[in-house]
Amino acid sequence: MTFLTLTGIQKQFGQTYAVHDFNLSAEKGEFVSFLGPSGCGKTTTLRMIAGFEQPTAGTISIGGNDITNRPPNRRNIGMVFQSYALFPNMTVADNIGFGLRVRKRPKDQIRKRVDELLGLINLPDKGGRYPYQLSGGQQQRVALARALAVEPEVLLLDEPLSALDAKIRVALRKEIRAIQRQFGITTVYVTHDQEEALSLSDRVVVMSEGRIEQIGAPPEIYNFPATPFVASFVGTLNLLQATVVEGEAARLSIDGQEIRGARPGTGSGQRVTVALRPEAVELGETGGSNRLRGLVEDVSFLGSIVRTRVRIGDETLSFDQFNDPSMTTSAIGETITVSFSPEATLVLEGRASADAAIEQAIAES
Amino acid sequence: MTAASTTSPRGAPSARPGRRFSWAWLGVLPFVIFAFAFLVAPTLYLASGSFQNLSAAPGDPAHGTFTLQNYAQLSQPNLADSYFASIEISLVTAIVGGLFGFLLAYAVIMGGLPRFLRSAFLTFSGVASNFAGVPLALAFTFTLGASGLLTPLINALGLHLNIYSKTALELAYLYFQFPLMVLIIAPAIDGLRKDWREASENMGASAFQYWRYIALPILLPSLLGTVILLFGNAFGAQATAYQLSGGAINIVTIQITRQIRGDAANDPGIGYALAMGMVLIMGITIAAYAFLQRRAERWQR
Amino acid sequence: MSRPPGVADAIESIAAARDAKPAAKPRRRAGSLVWWIVFLIGFLYFFVPLLGTFVFSMRSDPLFSAYAVVVDDPQFAGTLFFSFLIGIITIIASSILIVPTAFWVRLRLPRLRPYIEFITLLPFVIPPIILVFGLLRSYSGDPFPLAGTDFGSNVLLVAAYVVLSFPYMYRAVDTGLRAIDVRSLTEASQSLGASWFTLMVRVIFPNLRVSLLSGAFLTLAIVVGEYTIATFLARPAFGPYISLLGGNKAYEPAAVSLISFGLTWIAMGLLTLIGRQSKQKIQIAGAH
Repeated sequence: MTFLTLTGIQKQFGQTYAVHDFNLSAEKGEFVSFLGPSGCGKTTTLRMIAGFEQPTAGTISIGGNDITNRPPNRRNIGMVFQSYALFPNMTVADNIGFGLRVRKRPKDQIRKRVDELLGLINLPDKGGRYPYQLSGGQQQRVALARALAVEPEVLLLDEPLSALDAKIRVALRKEIRAIQRQFGITTVYVTHDQEEALSLSDRVVVMSEGRIEQIGAPPEIYNFPATPFVASFVGTLNLLQATVVEGEAARLSIDGQEIRGARPGTGSGQRVTVALRPEAVELGETGGSNRLRGLVEDVSFLGSIVRTRVRIGDETLSFDQFNDPSMTTSAIGETITVSFSPEATLVLEGRASADAAIEQAIAES
Repeated sequence: MTAASTTSPRGAPSARPGRRFSWAWLGVLPFVIFAFAFLVAPTLYLASGSFQNLSAAPGDPAHGTFTLQNYAQLSQPNLADSYFASIEISLVTAIVGGLFGFLLAYAVIMGGLPRFLRSAFLTFSGVASNFAGVPLALAFTFTLGASGLLTPLINALGLHLNIYSKTALELAYLYFQFPLMVLIIAPAIDGLRKDWREASENMGASAFQYWRYIALPILLPSLLGTVILLFGNAFGAQATAYQLSGGAINIVTIQITRQIRGDAANDPGIGYALAMGMVLIMGITIAAYAFLQRRAERWQR
Repeated sequence: MSRPPGVADAIESIAAARDAKPAAKPRRRAGSLVWWIVFLIGFLYFFVPLLGTFVFSMRSDPLFSAYAVVVDDPQFAGTLFFSFLIGIITIIASSILIVPTAFWVRLRLPRLRPYIEFITLLPFVIPPIILVFGLLRSYSGDPFPLAGTDFGSNVLLVAAYVVLSFPYMYRAVDTGLRAIDVRSLTEASQSLGASWFTLMVRVIFPNLRVSLLSGAFLTLAIVVGEYTIATFLARPAFGPYISLLGGNKAYEPAAVSLISFGLTWIAMGLLTLIGRQSKQKIQIAGAH
C-alpha cells in the first residue's frame, strides 16, 4: 500500500516550470532519494511535501489523506534542513523537545523522550549545550533528533550532509539510514551526491530540469540507465563517439576499430554514443570479446583504485584496476589493448544530448 | 600578538622588541593627541571645575577650593526637576520609539509589503534620523502650534496640546527616534533566518509560538540595546527642545545652555556639575548598550 | 522517455481533469493587513509635519514667494556655503586622522583596538552641548585663546565636528579595512617594493573610497544641519541661520526647513546609490 503519494505535482514560477508533472508512490518505511544537479527541482518538490511551497497543480497525500492544502505546521512531517536551522537561543534539549512542547505534552514525558533521542544520536551529555558550541556533524544529529521527536509520519531531509567534511558525511549517512530503519519512517532524501543516493536508498528518483528522468532501485539506475542524462550523472561513464557499421548485427566502429554492441539496432552509418563503465573495461584481452587499441595518456592513483586513461583516436577511455602493489601499471605513451564485453555497452542515440549531459555533470561536480 | 615577525616601519633596521613597540605607537599618536586636545581635555576641564568652589568671588580665598557643593546643589528643585524631566522624556520616547519603530521595521521587511517600500523607507529613515534640531522643531510648530495644520482638528476633538509642553517635545523627538530604531533593528530582523521560521512551523508551532519561543528571545538583546541607545539619543538632544519651547522647557540640556549663556546664577561650578551629571548618565547608557550588543552578537552566527 | 506510452496518456488525462478544478489556494501570510496599517500610521506620522511645513510656506503672498525670498537671501547662500566648506574641511581632516590610525591599529596594534574604539564612541557620551561647553571654557583664555578670534573659532568648529564624525568615520573605515583584507594587501605591496606612503596613497585610500564616501556623506549631513556648536561658537553657519530666520520671519523658515530636508534626502539618496554599486556596507544611522 503506498503511503506517500505525489500525483501530477507541478510548480510554476511565472513563465518557468520548476517542477513538471511529478509522480511518485512511496511505500511505508521506504527510503527514497531525489537525485539531480542544482536547479533540477528536487528541493522544490521536497518543500512542497513539507508545505513551504504550494504546488500549482497536483496533489500530495500521506496515508490516504490529502494534505495538499494543509499548512506546514499541521502536517506531522519532520524536516532536516541543510543549514541545520537549530534555534540558537535554546539548548540542545530544548531544541529537540520543541515539537513536543508545542503539542503541550507534559514536562516529564518531554524529558524522557529527549533523553531517549540524545542516546540514539550518541550525544547523551550534550543536552545542556547551545548549538554554537557543537560541531557541524553534532548539530545535524540534533536536527535529526528534533525532527524525529514528534514521531512524524514522513521524514524529509534537504541535502543534510552537504555542509560537512567528507569523512563525517560517510559516517553520518550510515547513522541516518540505521535510525531510519529502526523507526521504519517513510523518508525522502534530497541530494546531488550520487554516491550518497546509491548507498542509502531503496529507490532513487533521478531528476533533471524539473522532470523525473528515472525512478528505480540503485542497481537498476546504475546498470540500466534509461536516458543519457541518467547514464552520465550516475557513476562515472566513458562516452565514446561511434558510427554504426551494420545495425542488425550490432557492429559499431570507434576510430576505425570495430566492436559489437549489446543488442541490434538500426541505421547504418548513423552517429551514436557508446557508454561504458570504467569497471567493465580490462587491460589486456581478458575483459571480453571487444578489443580497442590506444595510447596511454595518464595514470592516476586514487587510493584503492588505479585509473588509466587511454586515447583512442579522438576519444578517451578510462578504466580502473584494483590497487595491487605487486602489479605494474602501464607507462604513459605505451600502446595497450583493452577489452570489454558487448553486454557492458550502452548505445545512446546521437551526440548532442550526451555532450550536454557531460557538461552538466562536470559543471555540477 | 604584535610580536616578533613583523618588520619595522619606515624600513628602519630591525631593532630590539622594545624599540619596535615605540615606533608602532607613533602611528596612532596624531589621533590620540587630537582626541585628547579636543574631546578628553575639555571634558576633564569641566570635570575638575565641577569640584571647585566657584561661587565665591575670584579674590576670595575660598575660590577654587575643592568642594562637593556643586553636586549637592543639583538637588535644588529646579535642577532636580530638569533631570527628572529629561529622564522622563527620554524614557517615553525610547520606549514608544522602540516599540513602534520595531513594528515599522518588521512591517517593511517581513510584513509582505512591496519590495520597493523597504529600500525607500530605509533611505527615508536615514534622512529622518538626522532631521533633528531647528527644522524639526519648526515643522512641529507648523503642525501643532498656534496656527498649525492639525491644531483645528485637535481642538475639535476636545484635546489641547501646548507646544511648550513635554508631550509636544516627545512627539517631536519621535520623529528621529522611530527612524533610528528602524535603521538599527533592521539588520537584526534580517538576521532572523527563514529556516528558523520554517523549522518551527514544521514542528507544529503557530505564529504566536514562533514569536514567543524563538523570534522574540533572539531579538531581545538587540531590542533592549537599541531602546537604551534611543534613551541616550533623546537625553543628549538640545537644539530641537530649545527651538520648540523657546528655551522655556526645563530639561538638563537647556539648563546647561543657560549656563553657557550666562543666564543662570553666577556659579559656573553648578553648570559643570550639571554637565558631569549628564556625562555620567550617558556613560551608563552607552555601557549598557555595548553589553547588550555583545549578547546579541552571540546569536548571529 | 522511459515511460511506456499508455501510462503517459493516463497521467495526462488525470492531470487534465485536475486542472479543471480550481488550483490549490495560495495561502496568504496571515496579518498582511496589519502590517499595511502599521505602515500607513507610520507614513502619516512622518508625512503630516512635512505637509504642515509646506502648507505654512504656501501662506505667503504671492505663492512660493517664501522660497524665492530664501533663495535670494544672500545669507542663505552664504551660510550654506560656509557650512558646506566647513563640512568638506572636516571630512578631509577626519579622513587624514582616521584612516592611518584605523590602518595602523588593524595591522600592528590589534590590542589597542578596543581602546581606540572606546575613544570613537566618546562623542556619544559627550553630546555636542557639553562638548562646546568644554571647548569654550578650555580655549577661551590662556594658554590657547582660540575662541576669541574668527579663525580660532573656525578651528574649534572644525575640531568639534571632526570629533563628532569619529564614530561614523571610524566605523565606516574599519568595516572597509576588514572587507579589503588589509594585511594581505600590505604584504603584497611591500613584497613588490612599495613604501608606506605609496601604500597609503595608491592602495589603501583608493580601496576605501566607498567607506570614506559613506562616512563623508554622513559627516556632511551632520555638519550642515548642526546648530548647537555653531551657535555657541558664533559661526555664520546654516543651522544658526535657520534658527534666526525662525525668529524673524513668518513663512521663510518653513521654506528653509523643506529645502534642508530635501538636501539631506538627496545626499542620502546618493549614498544609497553608491552603496548599491558596491558590496561594502554603508551605514546610515545618525542622531541629534
